[in-house]
Amino acid sequence: MKLLLTGARIIDPAQNIDSRMDIFLEDGKIAKIGTDISKSLKSKSSEKITKIIDLTGMIIVPGLIDMHTHLREPGFEYKETIASGVAAAVAGGFTSIACMPNSNPVNDNRSTTEFIRRKAAQAALANVYPIGAISKDSAGVKLTEFWDLKEAGIVALSDDGKPVMDAALMRRAMEYGFSLQLPVISHCEDTNLSGGGLMNEGYYSTILGLSGIPGIAEEAMVARDILIAEFTKTSIHIAHVSTAGSVHLIRDAKKRGLKVTAETAPHYFTLTDESLQSYDTNFKVNPPLRSEQDLKAIKEGLADSTIDVIACDHAPHGRTDKEVEFEYAANGISGLETSLALSLNLILDKTLNWPELIAKMSTNPARILNLPKGTLEAGADADITVIDPLLQWTVDLQTFRSRGKNSPFNGRRMQGKAVLTIVGGEIKYDGR
Amino acid sequence: MSKNKNTKIVMDKDGIDRCLTRIAYEILEKNKGMQNLVLVGIRTGGVYLAQRLQKKISDIERDKIPLGILDVTLYRDDISASNKKPRLGETKINFSLDDKVVVLVDDVLFTGRTIRAAMDALIDFGRPKMIQLAVLIDRGHRELPIRADFIGKNLPSSLWEAVRVDLVEKNGVDEVVIEEES
Amino acid sequence: MKFEKKDILGIKDLSIDEINLILETAESFLEISTRKIKKVPTLRGKTIINLFYEASTRTRTSFEIAGKRLSADTINISASTSSVVKGETLIDTARTLEAMNPDVIVIRHSASGAPHILASLVKQSIINAGDGAHEHPTQALLDMMTIKERKGKISGLKVAIIGDIEHSRVARSNIYGLSKMGAHVVLAGPATMLPRDIEQMGTKVFSRIEDALVDADVVMMLRIQLERQKQNIFPSLREYSQHYCLNRSNIKLAKKDVIVMHPGPINRGVEISPDIADDPSCSVILDQVNKGVAVRMALLYLLTGGSE
Ligand SMILES: [Zn+2]
Ligand SMILES: [Zn+2]
Repeated sequence: MKLLLTGARIIDPAQNIDSRMDIFLEDGKIAKIGTDISKSLKSKSSEKITKIIDLTGMIIVPGLIDMHTHLREPGFEYKETIASGVAAAVAGGFTSIACMPNSNPVNDNRSTTEFIRRKAAQAALANVYPIGAISKDSAGVKLTEFWDLKEAGIVALSDDGKPVMDAALMRRAMEYGFSLQLPVISHCEDTNLSGGGLMNEGYYSTILGLSGIPGIAEEAMVARDILIAEFTKTSIHIAHVSTAGSVHLIRDAKKRGLKVTAETAPHYFTLTDESLQSYDTNFKVNPPLRSEQDLKAIKEGLADSTIDVIACDHAPHGRTDKEVEFEYAANGISGLETSLALSLNLILDKTLNWPELIAKMSTNPARILNLPKGTLEAGADADITVIDPLLQWTVDLQTFRSRGKNSPFNGRRMQGKAVLTIVGGEIKYDGR
Repeated sequence: MSKNKNTKIVMDKDGIDRCLTRIAYEILEKNKGMQNLVLVGIRTGGVYLAQRLQKKISDIERDKIPLGILDVTLYRDDISASNKKPRLGETKINFSLDDKVVVLVDDVLFTGRTIRAAMDALIDFGRPKMIQLAVLIDRGHRELPIRADFIGKNLPSSLWEAVRVDLVEKNGVDEVVIEEES
Repeated sequence: MKFEKKDILGIKDLSIDEINLILETAESFLEISTRKIKKVPTLRGKTIINLFYEASTRTRTSFEIAGKRLSADTINISASTSSVVKGETLIDTARTLEAMNPDVIVIRHSASGAPHILASLVKQSIINAGDGAHEHPTQALLDMMTIKERKGKISGLKVAIIGDIEHSRVARSNIYGLSKMGAHVVLAGPATMLPRDIEQMGTKVFSRIEDALVDADVVMMLRIQLERQKQNIFPSLREYSQHYCLNRSNIKLAKKDVIVMHPGPINRGVEISPDIADDPSCSVILDQVNKGVAVRMALLYLLTGGSE
């Protein structure tokens, strides 16, 4: 298959490109990128182009990468399967996703990793990169076989959802993982401080009578992991940053030259704990939605590159997980299909410009996970996301490809959407 | 009280007073004095009329006749059907009704449903020997087999008309008017 | 005014006019409890379901009497959150209940917000009979009614609420209600029992009971739940009662005609000394029980009176 995409504005932060160009895809790779490709190709009659797509008014970016997704298979297929997850991914403009290990069984062994990769290959939509567990069963006691897992195909390590409370275990994981070039992703939460908490601790938890999760439950662990990284000269990636305090700690660590990277999720720069007043369980996430000041600090962290990545923390759930009392409801937002549009708001409100945003959704996650992705350079994999920046649309849960219909954004008016998702040179989603 | 509606005054201050005087005498005549007799006014218009009757009867008999106040809201059969949640008034009957002759007093007798509710309420308060009914106006259109024992004035009216009794205590003027509802 | 609310989920959602209407209506209902036949036919044919996920004989009985005095059919359902698969109960129960077509569902639940979720699922009127640490609107209404009766007004009074504010739905509902009605609410308790940013509700907060009691017209003592000791919010009952119990000596700081309230059941000698709890000259605790039925009758009347 040969594809010629013409007329669009091309943004590739990896090559510092932001201009109107054509891009030619051949055999799953980016063959050429330049201003005069269409003329030169048309003149050479020998070069047979199967398809020319006019994308005037559109924006072409390197395929978006979500480095924090929960796919639920194996074990919780009623929430999401690998097939439904990757369908949601391409519909949301993601060409690659990295999936967290908290399935059942936990992805703490070679065969589960291989199972996930096999299922992903069968679905053949987005690329799926499994993340292996730090500890057996994510129980925080015994390290998994990092080397074996790496050979099976994991790209990172995390006990996401089950914070590593044992600092010594975390130290060993970071040392061992670093030597294997496996980034460790930390879900920072001191479970003694957060214990039993249901939402951010503050005025709204007080008036709603819901027990609070203080910001320091996250910040204490961010500080701990930064100290370990500094002492052991290793790296750490902080997952889903939600508080102003965490932003300050990470900013400071980066200033000191430490190998610390961080991500946040769209809901942390879009919503605050005020929205919980309806007790709508779709707003229940972990870490919880924070205060207005935290939201502001997250945006500042994104703007000054303290926060490197925007990741969905896509956490699909079934109806029975969410249509219950707030106290019993599962944490999480089904985010793959709303992430891009919510993130585009950062351009509208001038927090980021286009190349900065695309870096956080493609170039940076590729770099952190050591993936050969995140660029439109000639010779790179033809993973491409085409965005219609002006498309007005309304979120409708019923149209979600994800099995998880748990989104607080249902009914929200959005601007901007992925209209074409190309993975390995093939169109995997066409929403035009 | 809006005068731009088609309204007609059918009884003035003196008319009302004469009616009440006559009713007071009729009550005493029928019951052979005020022995065992009590008055119960139905909220809200009936209460003021009952108070006036109380004064008249007490003046004639030189003895105070007991007076109770009854709010029948909780006994009405149209509470859930109506869109208005009637504001509850106070019910105050500080004496036993057992073996008493109770004269219920109301301003206008219409469908009879208010009186039905009032009788149910009275029976919950005790076991009167007899219940009699005094009204200032009987405008007809009964929906229940109820009739008044003492009537100030029969006022045949159409269903499209409203009969309103204004009293000094309530509206600052004594008069009975018919309004044509537009 | 017309009462337009479908549900009574919390005092937070009620306007001053609505609170006044409820209190005035409740006063009219108070008289019915003094009659020989304590029953009126108003809600004949209506069905009220008392759905209690948390044992509470007092509140449930009060709602049951209120319903029966209005001639409604009352059905009590005791559900438990522990015996059924976690979470499935409320939604499933809601659908079953809706099929029974009741007119009002009264719900008591240990999870904050459960009545809101139920209200969003069914078309019937919901009355919150206490949810988690969130609100207990009928308790606050009967407290306001008691205060109004004893003091003739609410506006301008100083009300001190003492104890475990963090876990108290009674405290939250009363802070909303009393503040709306113009009272000056102050709180006191150990720092571990004062939830974060509580002063943003418009109250003054003290860590010593004495500071809150000064010139108080009303003192509301909250019940200490003994099992909270495990969470280390107080070291021992002995220490708590030494420093936060209302007694003959610290009550002198309050106004001479202070009234003492408690939502019950009382831990005598822990949050309130027995001689004060049983002193009719200041304790209005039994009054509170009496008002409970009237307030609940008023709410049932107002919620069912107007729908077709
Ligand atoms: Zn996490
Ligand atoms: Zn996660």
